[in-house]
Amino acid sequence: MAGVGSACLLVGLLTAVYAAGASLYGARTGNRAAVVSGRRAIYCMAGLMIAATVILQSAFLRSDFAYKLVAEGSSTDTPTFYKFTAMWATQSGSLLLWALLMSIFSSAVLFLTRRSLRQIAPWATAVLAVIAAFFLSLMVGWENPFATLANPPVEGAGLNPLLRHPAMMIHPPMLYTGYVGFSIPFAFAIGALIVRQTGADWIRATRKFALIAWTFLGTGIMLGALWSYSELGWGGYWAWDPVENASLMPWLVGTAFIHSIMVQEKRGMLKIWNVSLVIATFVLALLGTFLVRSGILDSIHAFGASTIGKQFLVFIGLVIAGSTALVVSRLDDLRSKARLDSLMSREAFFLLNNLVLVGLCVVIFWGTFFPLISEALSGTEASVGPPWFNRLTTPLALVLVALAAIGPVLPWRRASGRGMARAFRVPLAIAAATLVGLLLLTDAADSPPSLAMFCLVALVIAVVVQEVIRGATARRIVSGDPWPRALVGLVTRNRRRYGGYLVHAGIAVLFLGVAASSAFLDQRDVRVSPGDSFRAGGYDITYERATASLGSDTAGTGAPISFGAVLTARRGDKVETLRPKRNFYPSQDPATGAIGRFFEGEATSEVDVRWGLRRDLWAAIRPDIGELEPAIREANAKFGGSGDKVQTLVIAAIVERYRNQPPPANFRVIDSPLVSWIWIGGAIVLLGALIAIWPSPETRLRRVTSIYAARLGKELSRA
Amino acid sequence: MEYGLAAILLAALVAMVVARPLVLGTGEDEAGDSVAREELEAAKEAKYREIRDARLDFEMGKLSQEDHRSVDRELRGEAIEILKRLDGLDGKSPETV
Repeated sequence: MAGVGSACLLVGLLTAVYAAGASLYGARTGNRAAVVSGRRAIYCMAGLMIAATVILQSAFLRSDFAYKLVAEGSSTDTPTFYKFTAMWATQSGSLLLWALLMSIFSSAVLFLTRRSLRQIAPWATAVLAVIAAFFLSLMVGWENPFATLANPPVEGAGLNPLLRHPAMMIHPPMLYTGYVGFSIPFAFAIGALIVRQTGADWIRATRKFALIAWTFLGTGIMLGALWSYSELGWGGYWAWDPVENASLMPWLVGTAFIHSIMVQEKRGMLKIWNVSLVIATFVLALLGTFLVRSGILDSIHAFGASTIGKQFLVFIGLVIAGSTALVVSRLDDLRSKARLDSLMSREAFFLLNNLVLVGLCVVIFWGTFFPLISEALSGTEASVGPPWFNRLTTPLALVLVALAAIGPVLPWRRASGRGMARAFRVPLAIAAATLVGLLLLTDAADSPPSLAMFCLVALVIAVVVQEVIRGATARRIVSGDPWPRALVGLVTRNRRRYGGYLVHAGIAVLFLGVAASSAFLDQRDVRVSPGDSFRAGGYDITYERATASLGSDTAGTGAPISFGAVLTARRGDKVETLRPKRNFYPSQDPATGAIGRFFEGEATSEVDVRWGLRRDLWAAIRPDIGELEPAIREANAKFGGSGDKVQTLVIAAIVERYRNQPPPANFRVIDSPLVSWIWIGGAIVLLGALIAIWPSPETRLRRVTSIYAARLGKELSRA
Repeated sequence: MEYGLAAILLAALVAMVVARPLVLGTGEDEAGDSVAREELEAAKEAKYREIRDARLDFEMGKLSQEDHRSVDRELRGEAIEILKRLDGLDGKSPETV
């Protein structure tokens, strides 16, 4: 079936090229048949990508090592759950995922706009087809996921153990869905610029896609942070790693875009901003994809060197040059007739919001690419670390949270001084009370930025709650409904507004967790033996005993050997038991010996966390297995040629020896306050985004009416 | 062999699908009005949403009565323009509405 898979890619590439050509011809000549043919080609491309993905996934699931990709990224002992994810752990597999998502998204938007945007849609189709053709050409020309081996190995190399985590199964498709999703508003913006229809039509048609992309990208980033926290064994959730930054940058600019398009929809303003933001978002999404695979920057996420870096750079360069030239050539069409009525208006604050978010992105971009910039300028590679990022991004984050509090209160056009005073009286009082309470009852004053963030978080939440109460009150007066019904009616009728407010509250909650856990965490790194005790944060911790297991990996990662510890943590009357461990995966290097390979392959931390609303207690172990080396060497020499059963017994004996005579082990224990609120905030953001995305009753009704109208028109024309 | 045969078959299948509108026509020409209607309906919904938003802002005390009246008048004027264009698609004149 590998041949069929390769054929899907080749025909998919030809189909994408045809879709671009037919759509361009149709757009230039007004030939509707060519336009429809181009659109159908995109549907076909989606079918071909689905077929290719099914073929590749089935090869992974049945461990068909004749496929080079399966041999390099999976193995018979890789759990089924992770065999399914192995596709996007590889370079060519992730390219196929891009092409699959791209073709599905493109098909969806072209189907939904098949009876509208007749001038813009053909150009957008051509843009989408060109993007898809680029990714397909990478696979056909350089990185074929269906490449086969003349002599397939008996066993595959296995999935990178670091990726054997449930969050990692969903994280890459989430990120890619976000990246790909932003190509839709980008393509329609380009189409709108080409035909000089720079009104809000293209925004209305693609706004939902932008929101969906933003939601997926944000969820992907959160899952990545969760994976980092609970899998990587260093105890943090964000390290300002280049690949993390690469996913955050399009999200930040995409956030600005989602806010800014509201101003164009309502007031016909910020058109230049909006096309620039969507172009920047798409370019940053391409850059994010490129960085994961290129290996040009050191990252814990860059899994393998790339053979397609130059092609990516050329494509990104062409997108930037072409888009910029188009925007410059359409500046006259993009100038708005409307002007800001007042600096105290929602549109003025959206503009400020754009500036802060783009400013954050510029800071992160500079810090991320500083190693390359410094090497280009001085010949030596220098990099900036987390303190640099924290110092520059913290003030901007504070301004951003403040804007999240002010924005919802402001009306469009202009705010009256009296109205503002009334709107902010209670929230400011709550923020002030929070400040006083924190100063009196906690040591939050030790970190002024965190203290400021806590007060701003209180302000945002107070504003959102007040807005909901005021809205429900107004609705209750008008409708006479009881409170719960008025509240539901308010949110149902204004999903975008109240979904957005919930997102603001979620972001504030998330920042609460970030501020508290980064400023007030207590981390201890110790080397102790069983029976020893140490103190971490507010806990007295005792290393009770060592653990060692063979073939009983409860996390389902497929690790044959685990060494760990049982720790008892006491805080007052409360006693917690933690069981951190470290999994060892067999090496494929024959030089390590038949027995030694089980101890000298890759190892991953399986941290143990006691999650809590007030604090997390986090523990990781790095067992010192150096003392087992003489026994392993001896076992290699004596039993290297023995059968599997004998070798298993020998390995079990070595594992048992670790348990009975454990050497000192290295531990990292972290007492981290309020860190769980990061994940809770992320969940609130997701809920708010879903409310905003969900179709309003009016839209659903309109769609049904339109379908009936179209059917009626067709049947009448037949008669 | 498998690759070549599959490529030919898949290409033929795709060709059949994409060639259909070129050979048999799209059947879309008569639907020109429905395209304009869909776009106008979307614009109308967006305008209605703006009017409702402004009213909610007024009811919540964010807009003064004077500001709301001015904003509302402007938005309603724009909505009426859209409604007129929608009626124009049905061949209705303002007198017949």
